[in-house]
Amino acid sequence: MIGNWQSVIDKQRMTNLIWLVIALPLAGALFNGIFGRRVGYQVVAKVAPTMVFLAFLIGLGGAFETYARHGKAQLVTLWTWAEIGELNIPISFLVDPLSMTMVLVITGVGFLIHIYATDYMVHHHHGETHPDRDFARFFTFLNLFIASMLVLVLGDNYLMMFIGWELVGACSYLLIGFWHDRGDDPQPAIEIEGGEAVQVAPLLSPAASGMKAFVVNRIGDVGFALGVFLIWTTFGTLQFDQLFSRIASSAEMYRESALHGEFTVISMIALLLFIGAMGKSAQIPLYVWLPDAMAGPTPVSALIHAATMVTAGIYMIVRSNIIYTSAPNVSFLVAMVGALTAFFAATIALVQVDLKRVLAYSTVSQLGYMFMAVGVGAYTAGMFHLVTHAFFKACLFLGAGSVMHALGDVIDIRRMGGLRKKMPHTAMTFYLGGLALAGFPLTAGFFSKDEILAKTFEYSPMLWGIGIVTAGMTAFYTFRAIFLAFEGEPRDQELYDHAHENRLAVTAPLWILAVLAIFGGLLGLPAPLLHGVGIDIPHAMENWLHPVIQQVGHHEVHHLPFITELALFLISGFLGVASIGLAYYFYIVDRSIPQNLARSTHPIFALLVNKYYIDELYNTVFVKPALTLSNTMSRGIDQTLIDGIVDGSAYGIAELGKYLSQLQNGFISRYALATFIGVLFLVGYFFLGGQFPNWIY
Amino acid sequence: MPIEFPVLNFFALSPIIVVIVLALVVMFMDMLSSDKTVLGYLTVFGLFGALMPCVPLLNQTKAPTFQNMVVSDGYAVVFYIIFIVTALLSSLIALTYLENRGMQQGEYYILILLSTSGMMLMAASTDLIVTFLGLEIMSIALYVLAGFNRRSISSGEAGLKYFLLGAFASAFFLYGVAFIYGATGSTNIHEIGGWFSTNEIYQSNPIALVGLALLIIGFAFKVAAVPFHWWTPDVYHGAPTSATAFMAVGAKAAGFAALVRILAISFGGVFTVQWQIAISLLAVITMTSGNIAALAQKDVKRMLAYSSIAHAGYLLVGVAALPASNELYRVQAVSGLLFYLMSYAFMNIGAFAVVALLEKQGKIGTKLSDYTTLSTRQPFVAFVMLLFMFSLTGIPPFIGFWGKWYIFWAAVDANLGWLAAIGMINSAISAFYYLSVVVQMYMHTEQADVETTPIALPAPIAIAVTVTAMFTLLFGLWPTPLINLMSLAVFG
Repeated sequence: MIGNWQSVIDKQRMTNLIWLVIALPLAGALFNGIFGRRVGYQVVAKVAPTMVFLAFLIGLGGAFETYARHGKAQLVTLWTWAEIGELNIPISFLVDPLSMTMVLVITGVGFLIHIYATDYMVHHHHGETHPDRDFARFFTFLNLFIASMLVLVLGDNYLMMFIGWELVGACSYLLIGFWHDRGDDPQPAIEIEGGEAVQVAPLLSPAASGMKAFVVNRIGDVGFALGVFLIWTTFGTLQFDQLFSRIASSAEMYRESALHGEFTVISMIALLLFIGAMGKSAQIPLYVWLPDAMAGPTPVSALIHAATMVTAGIYMIVRSNIIYTSAPNVSFLVAMVGALTAFFAATIALVQVDLKRVLAYSTVSQLGYMFMAVGVGAYTAGMFHLVTHAFFKACLFLGAGSVMHALGDVIDIRRMGGLRKKMPHTAMTFYLGGLALAGFPLTAGFFSKDEILAKTFEYSPMLWGIGIVTAGMTAFYTFRAIFLAFEGEPRDQELYDHAHENRLAVTAPLWILAVLAIFGGLLGLPAPLLHGVGIDIPHAMENWLHPVIQQVGHHEVHHLPFITELALFLISGFLGVASIGLAYYFYIVDRSIPQNLARSTHPIFALLVNKYYIDELYNTVFVKPALTLSNTMSRGIDQTLIDGIVDGSAYGIAELGKYLSQLQNGFISRYALATFIGVLFLVGYFFLGGQFPNWIY
Repeated sequence: MPIEFPVLNFFALSPIIVVIVLALVVMFMDMLSSDKTVLGYLTVFGLFGALMPCVPLLNQTKAPTFQNMVVSDGYAVVFYIIFIVTALLSSLIALTYLENRGMQQGEYYILILLSTSGMMLMAASTDLIVTFLGLEIMSIALYVLAGFNRRSISSGEAGLKYFLLGAFASAFFLYGVAFIYGATGSTNIHEIGGWFSTNEIYQSNPIALVGLALLIIGFAFKVAAVPFHWWTPDVYHGAPTSATAFMAVGAKAAGFAALVRILAISFGGVFTVQWQIAISLLAVITMTSGNIAALAQKDVKRMLAYSSIAHAGYLLVGVAALPASNELYRVQAVSGLLFYLMSYAFMNIGAFAVVALLEKQGKIGTKLSDYTTLSTRQPFVAFVMLLFMFSLTGIPPFIGFWGKWYIFWAAVDANLGWLAAIGMINSAISAFYYLSVVVQMYMHTEQADVETTPIALPAPIAIAVTVTAMFTLLFGLWPTPLINLMSLAVFG
């Protein structure tokens, strides 16, 4: 039996079939795109998740085979797409622990979200079912997104990564603007007892949000594309294996010169690629699109804007770890940007009144954590947090969607309250996901966040300080939202009366994700700490990803002393619990405290509610001048000058064409004469030696 | 004195022999069969048979045969494939086109086959006399094909014009051969090249130079290069559309096949500066005036005739790139040219197939305005026409893009960047008239007085447009196998 298994593994069947992981969702997208409207929504609702599930199974097989060959990377080349001079573009996939981790997260979480969406996109009303008008279109885009994201993570070169990078951006744009006929959504001001109300800016319409996401991402993409070009011109290859081995051979040198204050070409590449990551993964200063992306349907927020696409930047840095290790100066920048983003986004999340925006800012903040991790060189910890975050944040978003679905698309927590009694499954899973996000001891989020904080402490206690304060805020805002939504008295009785628990297609994914959010920590138990108390359980994630992370130099791996590890562990555990307790005191025990606080710190409160006025700032500094400039250009220069030249030359050419066709008058004698003149010229030219002066070249 | 037996390697010429035998079989069947459609199908299947020996020939050592009169090298065999595919596709078009117009006759297919054999001979020939032979076999059959529709005045006019001006061209070519023979004492292209390299003092011999000029003029006629193109619009417009498709691709490819071989082998080391400049200038005026005249056309068939002139110009860019600095670049220029010709065969025959399909007498004509409602009347045909128009413009990811890419790249490698730039500007100009067909088909559908009856799509022409559209798209997405095939085209 064992022998049989071994031979199955030796043949690497699933690894060689890895292209199917992309092809299946793509086929689903094509089927739903072409026939979706004709075959009816029930068929669409079966085809789309099935394709993702089959892809998940193949991914599982590929991951198993990767494990069996001890994480050795395997290239699966399909064909050579084009050979243009020295540029050889093969379509080939890289099957290694890192890509398999991403494949499993994308297809696994993606499958659960697909199942969820089959019910979310249908409205149940008095026993009747009304699927969304564009049910098929939704699943076409959703499957297309899965395929694109898989191209991003499976490609074995930067070009394919870039293609995937652009494709997921396009899918994200299409899905944010899915309800393109909806307008801006005005928000009521936040009333404060005995104080001045704080105005809240209206939510952008889905179409405008999609546009904003696209434009902001374009800024990052320019950086990414320049980075890829720079790699090509510097190293002459975009293939990961060739490129990384070339860099590895002189990584030490690059590292040394970067540490001596030199900005090497590797640093430039790392910086440009990081600009791309800032856009895609919503980091300062390009994070502004992500909160508005919540205008898309909630499964989209869960899948694209929490679990997968926004983590592409993390994946890219972990994939390019040798580049970032060779550029410690840029890595420091990455860690700083990550820490600041984590902190600022968490402060904004403290006061948001829209449940999905709380989660959106929390996503920005958690992505900041991940960047902090990869910035300090803890690539495994970053990936670990990416995976656990995918579990608990997908769970929370789907829970928020479940609430929205029950309340008829209301997402304002000021109108909720007491929903736990009406929606026990949603509330329970939301609690579990919330515990993981808050870093409650022994949940998945606790282990991954703790590992990041420990590694950060090793690197710089200052960054750790920012991280730990953020962790406290995270626990607080998470449970603020939970208590406001699910506990206390209903604040909108009518909404409350209509609320109901959702069907199995919604609650089952919630429960699976909630269980993963609690037990996902088993993937990365804190090995040094356990070792210190005499238990030897390896860090599964670290062992698994070990072949992907390249070491630079021979400096020994030094761990923190056991006592420091333990202290950090206890501090972050205690802080999580204490912050939850604080939230309980604020929002359950004495609700006047937050009101008083808001009143006494009114300017700060208003600043946070308005997200530091960053959107307004960008509008004034970038958007409006750009619009003014483009209006001037289009009227003054384009319409008069350029159009004049273009139209004029088009007219001139058309007139010349008419003249030339008039020469073609049908008389053969005329043709013979014209030909003969041509002959005279050509023969004469050759007879006279057939040379022009050199200036012609 | 030992008697030298001629080396007769019949296998080397087997594709040509199959085509000629096929022509004889069709001729024989023509007497027996009253259903002429059968002859068309026989031609199509027989041409598949002619394609068979091309595969082993591609892998065989390339030896000159028939006393150095012909050679069956990779270059010739790849051209065989281009000609056979062209004949095959245009026979499929003819099956429907001739049937619709009541002129289904066996002679048509015989002429196509004979003309094809002439083209193949031109590609294989290493002797100017054999080249002339091939040229005449091809051309005489084409003259008749152009005038094949006896009931149409314009078809007769086309035949006569083509014949008169074609005879003119043949005379120039023969005159050129005579000059070169006078200068070098040989008609074998290798010996001519060898003579120049051993007699360097004659490398400025005006007699040989004038001979070269006349040769170039002869071929410029056949490939429809300006200012020797005058016959082209009238002949292409007057001839039956199925024959136009065949001529526009086949005759052009044959002209380039012989021209490139002669220039590369006989004149690859001598007069290169002169003929490179001459060919470059021909390319510039051919591209530019072909495109500009095409802009003014209101008739799709005539527009395609002018567009075929423009394409001859792009191909001349590839010829001008032949005297590149190193061997690799030269090989790239040749394979780029062949790639372009193959791609041109797919997209241009496809476009002519659509024209032929719609050109039913009485119902719809070849005018641009007749295409107005095509997207609703026959969505499939409208869609493939869109593919062909995009591809002819050179928009990625269609095959026409790669053709232009390889040719312009070769020009840049040969330090003719300015020529490539003019080529690209011309491609941009061509977008206006190609896309106007698309606009006409898809965007002018709301007029009131247009016909809405669906258009039938008979099987043979449906196969032709489907196959050409498929290749146009498939090799556009994945050009590697085709460029690999073209890179086998090396001189023996």
